[in-house]
This record gives sequence, C-alpha cells and structure tokens, in this order.
Amino acid sequence: MSELRLMKGNEALAEGAIRAGADAYFGYPITPQSEVIEYLMTERPEKRTGMIVLQAESEIAAINMVYGAASTGKKVMTSSSSPGISLKLEGISYLAGAELPAVIVNVVRGGPGLGTIQPSQADYFQSVKGGGHGDYKLYVLAPASVQEMSDFVEDAFDIAFKYRAPVLILSDGLIGQMMEKVMLKDQKERLTDKEIIKRYDRWAVTGKTNRKRNIITSLDLESEKMEARVHRLMKKYEQMEKEDLRFEKIECDDAEYLFVAYGSSARISQKAVQLARMKGIKAGLLRPITLFPYPKKVLFELANQVKGILSVELNAGQMVEDVRLAVEHKVPVEHFGRTGGIIHTPEEVLEALEQKIIKNGSIRHHKARASSIL
Amino acid sequence: MEVLDIIKPEHQVFCKTKLMTDTALSYCPGCGHGTAHNLTMEVVDELGIVEDTIGVAPVGCSVLAYDFMNIDMTQAAHGRAPALATAISRLWPKKYVFTYQGDGDLAAIGTAETIHACNRGENIVIIFVNNGIYGMTGGQMAPTTLPGMKTSTSPYGREIETMGSPLKMTELVANLPGTYYVTRQSVHTHKNVRKAKKAIKKAFENIRLKKGVSFVEIVSNCNSGWKMNPLESNQWMEENMFPYFPLGDIKVAGKLK
Repeated sequence: MSELRLMKGNEALAEGAIRAGADAYFGYPITPQSEVIEYLMTERPEKRTGMIVLQAESEIAAINMVYGAASTGKKVMTSSSSPGISLKLEGISYLAGAELPAVIVNVVRGGPGLGTIQPSQADYFQSVKGGGHGDYKLYVLAPASVQEMSDFVEDAFDIAFKYRAPVLILSDGLIGQMMEKVMLKDQKERLTDKEIIKRYDRWAVTGKTNRKRNIITSLDLESEKMEARVHRLMKKYEQMEKEDLRFEKIECDDAEYLFVAYGSSARISQKAVQLARMKGIKAGLLRPITLFPYPKKVLFELANQVKGILSVELNAGQMVEDVRLAVEHKVPVEHFGRTGGIIHTPEEVLEALEQKIIKNGSIRHHKARASSIL
Repeated sequence: MEVLDIIKPEHQVFCKTKLMTDTALSYCPGCGHGTAHNLTMEVVDELGIVEDTIGVAPVGCSVLAYDFMNIDMTQAAHGRAPALATAISRLWPKKYVFTYQGDGDLAAIGTAETIHACNRGENIVIIFVNNGIYGMTGGQMAPTTLPGMKTSTSPYGREIETMGSPLKMTELVANLPGTYYVTRQSVHTHKNVRKAKKAIKKAFENIRLKKGVSFVEIVSNCNSGWKMNPLESNQWMEENMFPYFPLGDIKVAGKLK
C-alpha cells in the first residue's frame, strides 16, 4: 500500500529499494549514508520480500558482490559516500564493461581525501566524466527531495535493465540526512526465479541448460571485438540522450537570468528565484534531473533568451564547465558555490547572481567579445 | 597392447571431459592448469550438476577459464572472485558456485575477500592454484614465492628480511570457523591427479550440506615462469614447494587435522 511518512532521505531510499522489488543490497558503513544499511538491517527485507541484505568487508567487496549478483539477472544495488565511491570505481567500470544492470547510490560528502562528513556536490566530475577507467558513462539521476530519494530507486532499476548498464543516484549529505514527508509507493513484487530465467536467460548466469553457455566478462583480447564493445556502449549512451533525458524548468518562460542547479542546490536556487522575483529580477531555474544525459539543447535554447547564467553547485566549480560547453559562449556563465560542507543560503545565491552576472558578468562578457573581435 | 589399442576410449585413464570446450588451452605446455580445469569439469559432469553450476573466473593465467569450461561463468575483477561467488550463491542458493583462482589473485590482491568469504562460511567451493609466481604478467614475485626464489621482481631471490615470507593462505583459512573442508593437492602425477579429483568432488558434494567453504589448493608448476622444462619444474616442485606447502587434508568436516 502507498503510505505517507516522515522520513530521512537515506531511509526513504532504503524503503524505496524494498518497495521497488530489489533482490539484494550489499553495502559498507560510511557517513552520511549509513542509515541506508541500518534501515535495511532493521527492516529485515528478507522476511518482508525475500530481499537479501549483506554488510560487506569493504566498499570494494560490496561493489564486487553487486557485480556477481547483477550477473545473475537480479535487481541489485549498493550505496556509499564519496571516498567509498572512489573505492568502488574499479567495480563500476567492470559493471559498465560487462554490461550489467545495477544501481549505485552516492550520498556525497566533501572532499578531496577524507574531506568532511558534511554535504557537498564535489563528485560531479567523478559521476559524469567516467570516474573509473575506460570509455564508459553512467546514467546519473540527481534527486532533490526525500520523495525523489524514494522514487528514483525504481526509476534507476528501470533504466539499468532497459540498457543493461549501471545507474548512479547522485544525492548528497543534505538530501540524505534531512527529513521530509514522503509518499511511499505500493510494494512491487520481486520477480520469481522462474521469471528471471525466462526474461534474462539469454545473457545472465542462471546455470547452463540446453542453450549456449552464458559468460559475463568485460575482457576482449581481440582489439576489433573490444572496439565493437566500446561502440555498443556508446550507442546505449546515445539512446539514453534521445529517450531518457530528464530536467525541470522553473519560472523559465520569461526569465532574463538563469540559475542552473541540481540536487540540494536546486532546492536552494528555487528559493533564490522567488527572492529575485520579489526584487523585480526575472530569474528562472533549470534543474537537470539527469546529469548524464545532460540537458544541453535546452540550455543552448535558453541561452538565446537570458542575459546570463549562474551555475550553483556545492563545490568549487564543476558542472559550470558543462553549462559553458552547452551555451557555446552565447551569454556569460559564472559559478557560485560553497565547499567544505558549508551550504549556501538562497540570499547568498541571489547576491552571487547580482554580483557575478547582473553587475559584472554582462559587462565583462561584452568586453571579452569586443577584444576577441579586435 | 598395441598402440592403437591403448588409445581406444575404453582404455584411456585420463581424457578430456565433454564439459571442456574444444577451444585450445591458452596455457603453456606442461602447466597444471589444464588438468585442474579438466578435473573440475569432470566432477561437475559426474555429479550431474552442470545446469546448477556457476563458476567465477579470476584475473591471471586462468582469466579465460570461461573459454574452456562449458558452463555459465562470470569473470571477476582481480582478487574479487570470492565476493562475486558470495553474492551469486546468496541469490541462487541452490546452485553450485565455485571460484577458480591463482595465488596472486587469491593470496595477494584478494586476501580480504578470501578471508571474509571463508570467515562468513559462504556455501561455495574455492579452487586455488598455487604456482608461487605471477604467470600471466611474466613471472613476477607472488605472495607464495619461496625464500630465495628468483623472479623478475626478485631477480636476486626472495629476501625474507625485505620481502616477507611466503603466505600459507590455506593454513590461514583452515583456522577460520567458516571453512568446512580445506585440503592441499597437486596434479603432477597420475596418483596425485586421482587424489586431487577426489578432493574436488568432495568439495562440490559439500555444497549440498551447506556447512561453509570448501577450499582446495592445488600446488602447481609454472615451467615458463620458473624457466625450466615441464619435467624439471615438477621435480623442483616436489623438492622445494612441497616441503613448504605440504600436501594433504588440513581440515575435514569442520575439524582441523
């Protein structure tokens, strides 16, 4: 039954996983996402739905358990936070290379190194630019509310199985730790072993019957075969861009200035839009929901309409590079963000828009244009 | 008996099981891997469990095990096979899940995964081929390289003071409560092949009991890495490897011998 509850983001994600009919979760404790495995261990999903939960000896073991489990054709996931995700990257690259469906959750904290346990969005590069070795990408979903922490698990599994590819839910310590009301979805039945064999026997390791043996590997020693594999992956990513791009436009219709922000920064920027409009500044917000695929075309079009863009991120400036690439220097694009676990306020965000874009940005941009013409 | 009589199928003692594919083995002539593969597949065939068997291949010389074993297999990242096997066995609890790993994979980079899978008492078989060297990458020092043994990364011989002693992984896991059967075998003589097959069979049969990990080490030669001919390498193995890695059962039915 669907049900309204007050929950932490991490708990909503865990409950969302059970209700999405996940078959297994493998994890390792790390702040600020430990509530995921704590909630699962307390809920005993093995009794509720038959879902298996195991605390691994390391992040590395956890992602490799996910890799093994994913090769059986079942719905499996793991979650962690930044340093833990760094450890998992080898396994994530293997998942992409071996074309396995799996869901990975990153509740981001500040870095580099051991960094801080406070919220951050400093893993943008790691999430959308590969992260691990080799030519691959992850489909990246960025929740901005506790509701989405819960809803996105099912969406992530759908995409993972549609493309046989790993999917990342890129959250952060703010969304993971805060409490909001959440409408939990109805329990989805887990597939039976028979159904899994029927659906995925053409590729999964289910035990060799009268068919050809199934092999899960990312290794191709013949260069032509390896290149064919890479091309196959690239085709998937192209299809994702065509069919599964997600974004949200807030107050963009008449906007003269644009914030671009995802996750917790999108929530803060949404408030900044309100504050700006109260002051008579026509601001809007483009919120990418998927960070790969990225709403490049939408941004390109919005750049014809607005005078300047501020990329708001809890980091030292990462997504701003993709915003600049997308708008092709049509308008000034600046970055604003705090680091170290400090969360910017809507007032600070608005002030940054006024200082960096409205006052200086356009002047600087015109000067730059002029000098490039000369 | 005439030669033509000897090669008749009914007279053959050792032959390729039908669960081995016709793909030419990638192993050096004289290497023990081929025999270890064949024994594993013979056991799966004889137990009639091919539809219920899932193998996990390592990184190392036997990375391509899935090319030779005609069963469903997943190839693991270096050292992580026991983590994969843990998950596969938990999600297919009625299947016979085994890993096939070398000494670099199992006893160096995968030490944590090996120890924890064994400690949790996962219901899996681990086949551990120990030849004291990294074969695939060209003969570098392994955790099981003997003292004084020359490799490309211990060109003056393994120095205990700076490089540590060879790791007896099998004795180590035997002392964990999660292992049920731990044994060390070899496949260099017909007598040893028969013994090794018995051990592998017992290990797979143990899966039905759900009592924990069955761990079969096979001390093997690496004639290329050791820079010897196959015969010399087997002799060297008997004289040098066996005293440090003595053959025989270490733990049977959950009890140390």
